[in-house]
Amino acid sequence: MRMRLFCLAILSLCLPASPILAAEYRSGGKLLLTDGISTVEGAGGGGIASWATIAGQETDAGIGGAAHATLVALPAFTLTALGASIGLRDRVELSYGRQRFDTRAAGAALGLGRGFTFGQDIVGAKLRLVGDAVYDQDRWLPQISVGIQYKRANQDTVVRAVGAAQSRGTDLYVAATKLLLAEGLVLNGTLRWTKANQLGLLGFGGDGRRGRSVQFEGSAAKLLSSRLVVGAEFRSKPDNLRFAREDHAFDLFAAWAIARHLTVTAAYADLGSIATVRRQRGPFLSLRTAF
Amino acid sequence: MILTLALSLALQTPPGEESVAPYARSDANAGATPFPDDRLWRTFGAAPGVARIVDRLVELNQNDPRIADIFKGQDLVRLRRVLKEQFCYILGGGCTYSGRDMKAAHHNMGLQTADMAALVENLQRAMRESGVPFAAQNQLLAKLAPMKRVVVTR
Ligand code: HEM
Repeated sequence: MRMRLFCLAILSLCLPASPILAAEYRSGGKLLLTDGISTVEGAGGGGIASWATIAGQETDAGIGGAAHATLVALPAFTLTALGASIGLRDRVELSYGRQRFDTRAAGAALGLGRGFTFGQDIVGAKLRLVGDAVYDQDRWLPQISVGIQYKRANQDTVVRAVGAAQSRGTDLYVAATKLLLAEGLVLNGTLRWTKANQLGLLGFGGDGRRGRSVQFEGSAAKLLSSRLVVGAEFRSKPDNLRFAREDHAFDLFAAWAIARHLTVTAAYADLGSIATVRRQRGPFLSLRTAF
Repeated sequence: MILTLALSLALQTPPGEESVAPYARSDANAGATPFPDDRLWRTFGAAPGVARIVDRLVELNQNDPRIADIFKGQDLVRLRRVLKEQFCYILGGGCTYSGRDMKAAHHNMGLQTADMAALVENLQRAMRESGVPFAAQNQLLAKLAPMKRVVVTR
């Protein structure tokens, strides 16, 4: 008040009391690690579970994005996933993911030929509906988003030959993510309505079950520092194909923000039985950059 | 007349601070319920620890290109004093909070989410430098985080 009166007195010498307003548009502004990493399907989330978080480091005032490269080295197979995503005002996420699943020597045993490679392209969109996973620390309401993933497997003839009904499919999901800051925990639960066989690499629907079913993805993680988080994930999967049982997937992971724009994730993933080859477990390594 | 006015203002305003428009004083202005005991307050190093953290926080904000402009021309003597009270009150240190509520304190600043994140990062750094364990840092941050809803206005 005294300041204001003083200002009135010698108006011409005083600067306005209000601060200089920053530009409306802002890049960055999310707290470290709070945009998660990228799933093998390209969406923002954990490694195998899609979360309600929107990819990129932008806030409600900006545009952000992320890109990732992931390698899952299994005893019989190698999965590589590349992807990129854009986050618009921390509200909408658009993503693209590309997977390659190299059957290596197992390809010959399966009658496909050594090094036969399945692949798929995944185009995704996610919309945040309610909640703020990070700042709403006085409410139970998690951040909730809905998402869609359109997937196109590239081995139409082979996936039909093993019993898949289609080589294209669409997943729909709803995800709830909550940071319990006082406890240092990140929790996520996702319901996915899908008919994808092995994420879609082996097509969609099958001779066992044709249609969609509801599957669950869960993640629980503990913050060890502002740069390091460790946790576990679970993802149930449909079992549509008669020729081979499909198992649920698990992983244990550590994600480390080595710099503001770079996160390295190392995990141990158990994908169970894949295309009759049992016990597919191995290291999962992912590099992610976000802005 | 002018003398008595000046005197009454001086009595209400601690030395080195500018006077502010009158407001109702209440601990509720702190914007969070305090922890039930003083364990966290002691983990933070009690009064000297919190004083060091707040002084460092304000210094970091003043030197942070993302938000430095917002702190220019503000009464940082008062800000330091009431922030220390606020943290003491919330951490269970038994202080009373004499400042304004979070809405009144930040209205017209046009703060954005990114400003809040910058301030949180600076506070994390100040707490870390002061040796506050990570889990204890998060307990204070969990109390402050919901204030974003009133502090951020655009
Ligand atoms: C949880 C978040 C925050 C808390 C707990 C907080 C706390 C406070 C308190 C206690 C005051 C003094 C109130 C009074 O004078 O009576 C204050 C004022 C102020 N705050 Fe914050 N604040 C927060 C977020 C922010 C952010 C994000 C910024 C900008 C980046 C900011 C900038 C300021 C400034 C410049 C003042 C001085 C206002 C004046 O002198 O009129 N605050 N804040």
